[in-house]
Amino acid sequence: MSLRKFAAGPLCALPIGLFLLIGFAAPLLAVIGFSFMPPRTFGLFLNPTLVNYIEIVDSTSYISFLWSLALAAVTVAILAVICYPVAYGMARIFGKWSMLVTLLFTIPLFVSENVRLYGWVLFFIKNGVLLGTLKSVFGIEADSWLFTTGIILWGMVYVYLPFMLFPMTLGVAMVPDQIREAALDLGATRWQVFREVELPLSMPGIMIGFLLSFVLAVGAITEAKVLGGQRVIPIIHDIEIAFTYAQNWPLGAALAVLLMLVVGFLVLLVLRRFDLDAILGRR
Amino acid sequence: MSDESTTGRKSILQLRQLTKSFGNFTAVDRVDLDIAEGEFFTIVGPSGSGKTTLLRMLTGMETPSSGDILLHGERINDLPANRRPTCMVFQSLALFPHRTVGQNIEFPLKIRGVDAASRKKRALQLLEQLRLPETYYSKNVTKCSGGERQRVALARALAYNPEILFFDEPLSAIDYKLRKTLEKELKDIHRETGKTFIYITHSLEEAMVMSDRIGVMRAGHLVQVGTPNEIYTAPRSKFVSEFIGDVNVIAVQTQADGQLHAAEFGTSFVPPRLPNGFTSGHLVVRPEFLRFLDRPDSAINCLEGRLYNEYALGSRIQYQVRVGEHVFIVEKLRQQAFGGQRDDAVLIGWDAKDSILVAE
Ligand SMILES: Nc1ncnc2c1ncn2[C@@H]1O[C@H](COP(=O)(O)OP(=O)(O)O)[C@@H](O)[C@H]1O
Ligand SMILES: [Mg+2]
Repeated sequence: MSLRKFAAGPLCALPIGLFLLIGFAAPLLAVIGFSFMPPRTFGLFLNPTLVNYIEIVDSTSYISFLWSLALAAVTVAILAVICYPVAYGMARIFGKWSMLVTLLFTIPLFVSENVRLYGWVLFFIKNGVLLGTLKSVFGIEADSWLFTTGIILWGMVYVYLPFMLFPMTLGVAMVPDQIREAALDLGATRWQVFREVELPLSMPGIMIGFLLSFVLAVGAITEAKVLGGQRVIPIIHDIEIAFTYAQNWPLGAALAVLLMLVVGFLVLLVLRRFDLDAILGRR
Repeated sequence: MSDESTTGRKSILQLRQLTKSFGNFTAVDRVDLDIAEGEFFTIVGPSGSGKTTLLRMLTGMETPSSGDILLHGERINDLPANRRPTCMVFQSLALFPHRTVGQNIEFPLKIRGVDAASRKKRALQLLEQLRLPETYYSKNVTKCSGGERQRVALARALAYNPEILFFDEPLSAIDYKLRKTLEKELKDIHRETGKTFIYITHSLEEAMVMSDRIGVMRAGHLVQVGTPNEIYTAPRSKFVSEFIGDVNVIAVQTQADGQLHAAEFGTSFVPPRLPNGFTSGHLVVRPEFLRFLDRPDSAINCLEGRLYNEYALGSRIQYQVRVGEHVFIVEKLRQQAFGGQRDDAVLIGWDAKDSILVAE
């Protein structure tokens, strides 16, 4: 009988609420908790301290932060330029062929990221597919591009492309044909239709693509390891080292918390600027 | 056809054998039409008859497969939509959801590079003309009601200042009462602006209320063009007569004595004036011209049947009378209600002069 006192809504949300609490909130809280523990300890209920954060501020970790953010930002920028035309084509031009394009972009996802990246190593390595062919066929000798920043970006663009492309395609497909035609009918040139109607109306999809690929790219580590040969150390690498070789969980946790804060702040900034609901006309 | 249309005004738009095919399918088939300047012309036809396709060719969103579109006598087949002095109000209205009411109305002016102050002035004028409050200028367009959005769409089209306005069933999703109001308003706007309106609807009733002339479409063909009165009183085919509303249609053939033989009933009827060369077709009798008779009358056409059903239609009452398998519809004013009971044997009849003979 006492159950009647609860509204049906909260009651129905209870199972999923518990699940989220255990599966999502608890690990997050554990990480936050660890970040306030003394260095190189493994308990969650020791005297809280800010030592880890102070150590990070005094260290050169900021370089890793900057590398991660910069690589992610450049990746997103390159993806935007590459993906918009493809997304436009998939949504509006390719017709039945867009299914094929979708498959071409999704099938590689079935292969593990590491395997695909090692594939690129074989392609780019000295005497590998590219340089070996150039050498034996044309007699051209070139230095390998492996272990450069450029090749890390190449890998990141390659890996995160679907995460930009598909939301973007949805965004472009969301613009009703009649709205485009109405703008044209009211005298707009093709460019004006694009700028005044198509781009703003496909913004929700574009923004989701930006956010998704940015958040994923900030967390990238394999590209720098495999293709970059650790030439660049992204922040995730620092975190991994703190948790593994260094056995300093509190330091790793503090780095992770800082990363979450920075990314969360940037995402909020973007979401404030582009109110998805308002763009979608829901408000 | 001449340059002068039936209204005696100069013609603005002429369609010559206009055709549009999608693959093997012909959506619009050799349509010829002259539209007069300032006319309110309505195209009616059932869903799928090619109305939208025809209109899309006129706006420039679809290219004709063959035939010509002439605006002021000049061929505009290949003129793109954004360079035609015409504008369309879509069935979906196609308002810009990310813009306010004001920005929607100002869109065509902004495109033309009109400065912000003049734009706003014009938008406010249009709001007033369309009976929308001035405060709506900065209202989110998605927050407006159906009727308000209708007016915003019309205001936006008027802001473009087109010579011809097209409408593709803009009122079809609106409830009856509001639709009647908006029909009147649209007619008022037509009078105030003096522009040419070309309107599409699948409701002949809507067409009758607003139009100077009506064109009836069927399966891609424009089967009849005329004033509402002409369409109503002199339909040229079974299709058009049935499209107007409930009518009684009997398949007939001429016979040697000049009467019409109706095989279905094994009897013959006195025809109205027989058109030259008529051999077979349909006899159309409007429900209000059918009468209940006390006894057979050799002066008029009679049929014997059974009263099958009775419906109240507001000011009128509709009776369904079964003659064999055929159901006839008889309508009487409420004060002249017929006293018969269901399943009573009844005699119905009509004057030959009240029937219409159509060839198809
Ligand atoms: N782009 C198109 N491709 C193929 N068929 C079409 C296309 N547009 C319209 N049609 C067909 O043409 C016919 C007429 O359509 P439409 O002009 O929309 O009719 P209405 O507006 O009278 O309902 C329909 O059978 C429709 O399926
Ligand atoms: Mg239509």
